[in-house]
Amino acid sequence: MQQLSTDVLIVGAGGAGMYAAIAAARVGASVILLDKSLVGRGGATVMAQMTVAAALGQQEPDDWTIHLEDTLKAGRGLCNEELSALLCREGPERILEMEEWGTRWAREDGHIKQEMAPGHSRKRCCYVDFLNTGPAVAATLRRKVGEIQEIRRISNIAVIEILVKDGRALGAAAFHVADGGLVMFHSKAVILAAGGLTKLYARNSASANMGGEAYALALWAGAELVDMEFVQFFPIGHLAPRLVGMDPIMWDPFRYKLGGKLLNGRFEEFVDRYGGEDFGKYSAMRDLAAYAILKEVDAGRGTPHGGAYLDFRHVLERDLRAAFGPVIDRLLANGIDLTKTPVEVGPMAHYHMGGVRVNANMETRIEGLYAAGEAVGGANGANRLSGNAITEAFVFGARAGACAADFSRHAELRREIVPAHAAFEGLEALSHSGAKENRTPASLQAELQQLMWEQAGPFRTGEKLAAAQRRIKQMQQEELPNLRLSQGDAFNLDVQDWFELRAMLTTAETVVAAALARTESRGAHQREDYPDSAEALLKNQVMELKSGRLATRWTAPVRWQHNGEGHR
Amino acid sequence: MNEQEARSTILRIRRGTSRRAGRFDDFEVAYEDGMSVLDALRWIRTNLDSTLAIRYSCINANACKTCLARVNGKVEYTCMVKLTPGVITVEPLPKRPLIRDLVTDIVPDEEKL
Repeated sequence: MQQLSTDVLIVGAGGAGMYAAIAAARVGASVILLDKSLVGRGGATVMAQMTVAAALGQQEPDDWTIHLEDTLKAGRGLCNEELSALLCREGPERILEMEEWGTRWAREDGHIKQEMAPGHSRKRCCYVDFLNTGPAVAATLRRKVGEIQEIRRISNIAVIEILVKDGRALGAAAFHVADGGLVMFHSKAVILAAGGLTKLYARNSASANMGGEAYALALWAGAELVDMEFVQFFPIGHLAPRLVGMDPIMWDPFRYKLGGKLLNGRFEEFVDRYGGEDFGKYSAMRDLAAYAILKEVDAGRGTPHGGAYLDFRHVLERDLRAAFGPVIDRLLANGIDLTKTPVEVGPMAHYHMGGVRVNANMETRIEGLYAAGEAVGGANGANRLSGNAITEAFVFGARAGACAADFSRHAELRREIVPAHAAFEGLEALSHSGAKENRTPASLQAELQQLMWEQAGPFRTGEKLAAAQRRIKQMQQEELPNLRLSQGDAFNLDVQDWFELRAMLTTAETVVAAALARTESRGAHQREDYPDSAEALLKNQVMELKSGRLATRWTAPVRWQHNGEGHR
Repeated sequence: MNEQEARSTILRIRRGTSRRAGRFDDFEVAYEDGMSVLDALRWIRTNLDSTLAIRYSCINANACKTCLARVNGKVEYTCMVKLTPGVITVEPLPKRPLIRDLVTDIVPDEEKL
């Protein structure tokens, strides 16, 4: 078994992980940066085509405290305000730093161009043309990481357990996808930067690496999770015709700009039947369009792919071309001519507000264990403003890297082989000759995704959630330990899928348990059996493992102390 | 326009860990217009043969640039090639060391264990 040592070990090399690596290395720490796929090419960052929010005040006067107000408003009272304040305060600095490192933010009249986005009260969202923000910032960070000697990058490493002894993180056990070998990493500090869980859902806008591993790893290590019920579902994600080369959430700004119509499977307008988008009995619902679409589908009036049509046929071709720019040609290359054909859209899992519970230094309650980016829970409360995800990746990455490096300066490296349960359980499963199950981890993953979509999706009920909980438990106890895995060490995806499934089931279990316990509707968590918000539940839900079982408690949200900072 | 004609195609995929000793496996895949070769490969892994080794990350966006393979003799991003009726041959990249099936070693040297 191969063993490697470093000061700071970073799990996940998307925007947050790469930023953390740079921040740790620039204060002198040695870093190992791991990714299950290739460094800087997996995770959510490369997928993000839209905008990054930061109160630069270059387009119009702005202040980070106004960005904070907007963020807290969207979060419906559940934000960890210290984290939200950190995000908003340090966002501008990170955006400018990225520009220094080579990101070419769109500019006009000598300043960074900032656009309006829903929920923001100022023009503060910057971007890279054309719909290229995520790939461009990922490229900048990849290049920067590559220039720094102290950072060792390793691709195709799937971390399967954080090594913990006496409440202190000592490194990680991992699986090398390329040759099937186990690898032990010894480190003074560990940063979990493998956030996102949208792959738990059949309908998602995610990359392949969003199975929620960071949350499972944190939970198993003894850290706490917070607000796991708050999965953000994007209301009009792209369903059909198959569209490649675009972010599935691209339609929203065009719908508003051009007045795209939502039609049901019979080509009737329907959103008004549910009260209209701005009023009516479901005004508590975050997004009436999402609700109306899924109700039409339930009533047998959906489109062939189970959504609604988004129709631009009434818009003049030249207006379409002016609004979509070069995207219109990318659409045509996919066989989509908006002057002739409506597209099918529907809600899909997009982002996770919940996550690992940390303080403003990104520390978990396990000494030496940190989190960064989407893995962190709480900054966005019950709902996230568009544009805050990449900002959070940069800001929390930078903070986690600096704090972990600082911690590692005074910490000793303990090269202990802590019994790695996951690693050994996993190996046992692989050599399990009496396997009873004929199914593969990949097919069980697909079943879990369908289950989560149908029973724990955008609109939930106690009954459906309980059904999901039972099936997840059954998969964990009966199927997972008995799966038959194929032989062969080189790039054995059955083995990778098995470890991934194991983490996905744990994370799904936390989402479902949290959703069951929150008997109200708030922000992105919508219970059809509890359609109103409950004052008594204006609390964060904290989860941990106690003797191997999930335990929940409720805490008052962390409030930010103003200290006279900012504009007022 | 919502009547999608059901179509099917055969993916003829190079398998194995050795270029000399490899074989081709045929998989029949039903598809809708617009679906990509990568969609078909992922469907095969979930429904027919999970041992098929492929490399991809972003699925939709053609942003990760890791799903390269040789499709009908040409090097392509498998996410960008649309499925067509008939037989589609998919092979690993020709100039990279073969790891397994369609996976070749495209990991930069400085990112290796």
